[in-house]
Amino acid sequence: MSQNDIHPMDKLIRADRMPHIWCSGCGLGTNFSCFLSALDQSGLDIDKCVIVSGIGCTGRIPGYTNIDSYHTTHGRAIPFATGLKLANPELTVIVFSGDGDLFAIGGNHFIHAARRNVDINIICVNNFNYGMTGGQFGPTTPLDAITTTSPYGNYEHPFNLVQVAAGSGAVYVVRWTSLHVRRLTNSIKEALLKKGFTFIEIISPCPTSFGRRNKLGDGLDEMKYYQKYSVIRHGIDPKDADLCLNGKIVVGKFIDVDKPTFLDNQPDLVSMAEKNKK
Amino acid sequence: MDYWRKPLDIDKYEITHGAIHIIIDRCKGCNFCIEFCPKKVLEVSNEFNVKGYHPPMVADQAGCVACKLCELICPEFAIYVTEDKHMAISKKEPHED
Repeated sequence: MSQNDIHPMDKLIRADRMPHIWCSGCGLGTNFSCFLSALDQSGLDIDKCVIVSGIGCTGRIPGYTNIDSYHTTHGRAIPFATGLKLANPELTVIVFSGDGDLFAIGGNHFIHAARRNVDINIICVNNFNYGMTGGQFGPTTPLDAITTTSPYGNYEHPFNLVQVAAGSGAVYVVRWTSLHVRRLTNSIKEALLKKGFTFIEIISPCPTSFGRRNKLGDGLDEMKYYQKYSVIRHGIDPKDADLCLNGKIVVGKFIDVDKPTFLDNQPDLVSMAEKNKK
Repeated sequence: MDYWRKPLDIDKYEITHGAIHIIIDRCKGCNFCIEFCPKKVLEVSNEFNVKGYHPPMVADQAGCVACKLCELICPEFAIYVTEDKHMAISKKEPHED
């Protein structure tokens, strides 16, 4: 046990930075582990992969990944990723960020990158609140949920992230929970190898903020809740995959289509302009 | 687990066997591996690690079939499984919980 303490994933993590900052019972470590397995199994050249994130608990993931990584400003992960992809189309660009980062401050970037079908992979960890800053409510907090800034219950309607992604034009839309480790790994692998704007939502426990205030128990209790209440419905209309507090969690692959990407459609503007000059 | 029937052709397959390695000082005691191990191989130990958590311990080494679910679900990269070819349990009946 002690003579051989090298975890097989230590080649892809910055092991000197372990332990990471995530709380005991947080789902982020599990999501990260699934992502690394998927990256490992996908057979991609890791020197041609870049991981980008914004700010938040999930935003720490690039800092722990031993591949090229960018930790950008709040909400701007997608613009950075788009720039990377357009400047060097050979790269596989992954955006790994939280619901607050991608859909609150970064919401506009998300819908437009999806509309343009930029060839980047989005992995969004949804823990229903702003965990790092103390558990404030955000655009994914379900109705009636208690958070630090909604002590009498949240009265705003939340986003249904898979519907937002599908409506904006994403070519691959999937939702899993942190418990669905095998399916999540397979979906991430599929998304990495797929061309176009892919979106994976991961429902993840936040025992310190969201779970504690809504009496969901510790991380293990939330995982048991996912085991009991998640239902797999592949191919259903994303509008029927709404989430509510203490309700069923509809998971599965909702959209998987092919369409030309932003770079495929881009005309050769330089030669067109030169032709015009003559 | 209750969900699974016994496969009809189970005697044609050799069941792999795993050796579990636990990096005790990385563990934060979330108990995911203990709860979700399909063969219930792990248990909470009484000892403490440097952080003051109770890491898991292997209670039923012979039961491990190297499915590596614990390796994938562990948020801390603190547990991994290597396949142990010499100890393959080809004749052993699967556990019936």
